[in-house]
Amino acid sequence: MRARRAVILGLGGGAGAAALTLGLGWWRSGGSPQPALLPLAIGEMAFTLTDHRGRTVTPADWIGRPTLAFFGFTWCPDVCPTTLSDISLWLEDLGPDADRLNVAFITVDPERDTEAVLADYVANFDPRITGLTGPLAEVERVAAGFRARFEKVPQDGSYTMNHTAGVFLFRADGRFASIIDYHEDRRFALPKIRRALGA
Amino acid sequence: MKSVALFAALTLTAPAAFACEPFAVGDLTIEHAWSRATIGADRPGVFYVEITNAGSADDALVGIATPAAGMPMLHETVVTDGIASMPHSMSVPVPAGQTVALAPGGYHGMLMGLVTALKEGGSFPVTLTFQRAGEVTVTVDVLSMRAEGPDCAHAGQ
Repeated sequence: MRARRAVILGLGGGAGAAALTLGLGWWRSGGSPQPALLPLAIGEMAFTLTDHRGRTVTPADWIGRPTLAFFGFTWCPDVCPTTLSDISLWLEDLGPDADRLNVAFITVDPERDTEAVLADYVANFDPRITGLTGPLAEVERVAAGFRARFEKVPQDGSYTMNHTAGVFLFRADGRFASIIDYHEDRRFALPKIRRALGA
Repeated sequence: MKSVALFAALTLTAPAAFACEPFAVGDLTIEHAWSRATIGADRPGVFYVEITNAGSADDALVGIATPAAGMPMLHETVVTDGIASMPHSMSVPVPAGQTVALAPGGYHGMLMGLVTALKEGGSFPVTLTFQRAGEVTVTVDVLSMRAEGPDCAHAGQ
């Protein structure tokens, strides 16, 4: 009974793809708004994060295996549990193939999401999902590499986070593959992940 | 041991019937009320439900109340340029002849200030206030954090 409206948004959307095909220069000269930039290849990124088991993670650790990554936070009531539950279902559908993936849930709220908090949280989802946190500056660096955005928003004496909601896919050599948009038809997710797996 | 396991299975599956049981007020039918378990009481809980308006007049959900949370409110997840945000909604339209879902990725109740953590298998009441039809209290099932909705096709037989 999922009621997701079909909205084409962001990098994975048709407009983004068309803009890239036509070339960034054409858009600039036409005076149209610039399309969002593509994520860097993982090998060009720079960040040092810590996973929910206390291990240090840098971009080099992801090279050699395809990567699926999602930005979120554990205080998030709707988008994050929904996406992590979707990701868990995809991993189950992929079966043993999914063992070849790096699967990362990167918090945009390191203030509240410590390693221990992330460990409690990811325990509710597929065990192949790794939670990542770090100092705010490192979270900003990883988001910059992904061309992802996040912002702290005050809310009734507390705060919530606005954040890029797509699921990012990279090939084993670290090249960006595609994004599964939040409101995209979930039937397109598995084929996209399989393409990133290089199957 | 077998009977203990069976008892556990029954107590775990029995609450699923609540979410599948329809509640009615005026021309409205309210069903599939569910929530997700939370870690602790600090984090906001969520409330999802389906509302069918069989009448000929438009209605709107204008508020929710529950003893389970100090500050329940209506929100809508909006994704703009790939960025998800969760603005407050003053009301959720329930047009005549239509079914409207508070569902993952769209409208939802956000339960701030939980009294206690929401535990899988538990339930709590939520009172919905509609502009025309008035108030109705429904029972909300707490499903796992991974749940994508109640499985009503196989429940309540």
